[in-house]
Amino acid sequence: MTRKQRRLALIGTSLAVLAVAAALVLSALRESIVFFNSPTDVAEKPSAPGTRMRIGGLVKPGSLQRGDNLLVRFAVTDGKNDIAVLYQGIVPDLFREGQGVIAEGKLDAGGVFAADTVLAKHDERYMPREVVDALKKSGHWQEGEEKSTGSAAK
Amino acid sequence: MTPELGHFALVLALALGLIQSIVPVIGVRRRDDALMRLGDSTALAQFAFVAVSFSALTICYVTSDFSVATVYENSHSMMPLVYKFTSVWGNHEGSMLLWVLILALFGALVALFGNNLPATLKSHVLAVQSWIACAFYLFILLTSNPFARLAPAPFEGRDLNPILQDIGLAIHPPLLYLGYVGLSIAFSFAVAALLEGRIDAAWARWVRPWTLAAWMFLTVGIAMGSYWAYYELGWGGFWFWDPVENASLMPWLAGTALLHSAVVMEKRNALKIWTLLLAIVAFSLSLIGTFLVRSGVLTSVHTFASDPARGVFILAILVFFIGGALSLFAWRAPLLKQGGLFAPISREGALVFNNLFLTTACLTVFVGTLYPLALEAVTGTKISVGAPFFNLTFGPLFVPLLFAMPFGPLLAWKRGDILGVAQRLMAAFGAGLVMITIVAVAEGSVFTLAPFGIGLALFIMMGAMTDIAERIGLLRAPLSVVRQRAAGLPRSTWGTAFAHFGIAVTLLGIVSVSTWATERIVAVKVGQSISLSGFELTFDGLVQRSGANYRELGGKFTVRQGSVAVATMEPTKRSFASRETTTTEAALMTRGFSQLYLSLGDVNSDGSVAVRLYYKPMVLLIWIGSIVMMLGGALSLSDRRLRVGAPMPAAKPAVQPAE
Repeated sequence: MTRKQRRLALIGTSLAVLAVAAALVLSALRESIVFFNSPTDVAEKPSAPGTRMRIGGLVKPGSLQRGDNLLVRFAVTDGKNDIAVLYQGIVPDLFREGQGVIAEGKLDAGGVFAADTVLAKHDERYMPREVVDALKKSGHWQEGEEKSTGSAAK
Repeated sequence: MTPELGHFALVLALALGLIQSIVPVIGVRRRDDALMRLGDSTALAQFAFVAVSFSALTICYVTSDFSVATVYENSHSMMPLVYKFTSVWGNHEGSMLLWVLILALFGALVALFGNNLPATLKSHVLAVQSWIACAFYLFILLTSNPFARLAPAPFEGRDLNPILQDIGLAIHPPLLYLGYVGLSIAFSFAVAALLEGRIDAAWARWVRPWTLAAWMFLTVGIAMGSYWAYYELGWGGFWFWDPVENASLMPWLAGTALLHSAVVMEKRNALKIWTLLLAIVAFSLSLIGTFLVRSGVLTSVHTFASDPARGVFILAILVFFIGGALSLFAWRAPLLKQGGLFAPISREGALVFNNLFLTTACLTVFVGTLYPLALEAVTGTKISVGAPFFNLTFGPLFVPLLFAMPFGPLLAWKRGDILGVAQRLMAAFGAGLVMITIVAVAEGSVFTLAPFGIGLALFIMMGAMTDIAERIGLLRAPLSVVRQRAAGLPRSTWGTAFAHFGIAVTLLGIVSVSTWATERIVAVKVGQSISLSGFELTFDGLVQRSGANYRELGGKFTVRQGSVAVATMEPTKRSFASRETTTTEAALMTRGFSQLYLSLGDVNSDGSVAVRLYYKPMVLLIWIGSIVMMLGGALSLSDRRLRVGAPMPAAKPAVQPAE
């Protein structure tokens, strides 16, 4: 093979591998991405029940109930709208009423969100960014809130 | 006084950095030896001053000087001493100071050990290294000053985030940074080569040890982070495809590709332009990683309180260095001379295959990590891309790479004989097939991950050993000859075998845990038992304790196998009053390479306790594999041929006495 042919073979192979990768990425993106919604998004633009999604907001104070078999019920709120969430399992260490939370799962026909994953923040001073944005959108967020609560603690 | 000293030392380091950024380059233009050599002294002095600055900050932490804002924010007088040290880099400002400390360290090492480099190349490398350093000094001084004071000084600090009060944190970031920042040397060499418009096989020989060292640290750093997440986050996962983990995986993939392409360049003087590009890309990915982690665009445990100004500054650094280097590449690379020829089936061809798949896999991780950010920036839609995406993209691309791995080292340079190699790999391939059959029968199904994953792992292991066995004539030559040949075999050959073997070990761990891990999540009362995978755990009760800066609630469990008590396990939950935070400390029981993993959830009103119990078969192999890989890197690094400053070519070992 001449240098030119070799180069063409190399470029051809590379393009083929890239094409396969692109196809994999596109199909995976169609199947496996999960959209994030705030409770208001869910109320305003309901999606088909059974669609996998993430919701985020604050755990509504007074809404937390624990049942048998590690069943946990709580409501996620952005100040405007609430979503009832059902979760079975162990919630994270920093899961508390009034704190930011993200839940991943499916909305059932009755409007209850069956979560299979619940994420809280890792640090008491830190709020998941998605939650901050959701609260900002619903107008229940004051700039600098994070910092002021932080330094007021001690 | 100490903080001001540290601050001042950092400013001096910046001043020295600015000199080093300009003067050696002028020296090269004027062919002035004295000006070129100035870079050596400034590189050493820069490191000294950054070290002073870092020590000053460390002293502030150790003495709990709460008049310093970052100490107040991230330390506590009651914290154990070791965590006072580690909290130096357990926050944004301190971790950036560690970043520049390592950057300056690498610059100083080039100045010290780069005596065999051509003077102009060395001057350019040190200058480029200094451009990067200056950008980050400015970043720290302007947006993230770790020495800012508080007046009046608070009496007590706000404590380090408890999740970071762990020995894993002490080791993980410095190792990872040594890897991240170590890649800057390859970048500086690439930019220097482009500035000079000249590149040859010797260049690859100089760059490879640095890349290899960075790669070793990166490998272990990533593995440490993974192990830390495994035992500290309390739910037993070892890899989450979290954007921050991806940020460290991408430079690793590019760095691994760079290591392999540099071999081709060194031995055969080919793939020069590609190797240069990879050197630029590998460090660019480190910078992108730093941006993702430090700018607060991502939600993760690594994100400390964010400040938009910092994000913009790092973005500017990113655009300048990546954009600048790539433009320089586009402009100068066509001037570089073409390298040697090789047939598609050859050692070079195999390494090109390796590079093609590694970079493509890296690209899919890049897309999966940045697509959500781009989508949100453009349309405002928030999405999350998780494990399923990466399993569907990264997985299929890695399989051919792993399968091809045993072939590469057996192929000859220039023109290889694929049939001959296949023949020599027959034993390994046969063993793999037998393993697939055994596992498939045991599992009762063929087309699942386990049989193929384990068969593939065995094939790679045997393949790595085949290469060594053939070279030393194992089973064919007399033992004394074998021993002599083994001792005479280049260390880099052993290194390759070890590193490839290590990948297979990790693969074995991953496949085994993904397939056979079992779990129970239940609430138990005192006296009740949980059984899982042949173990029976009885809950004996709760205990309260207090530690240095926390209170601890522990659950006592007796583990029985059959009816014999084999161990006790005590998972705990720690509450840290200073931050009103709790952390979960899982209890681990190791049997061989497998672990029983128990972590504590909430205590319910009826007195029962929620627990997570996992059995993780062969889980330790995941991290042991990374250590084997690192050993491979170390062996390769100790090869005479690569040893920094060693004369070329390596002298034959002295005649060995007859045995």
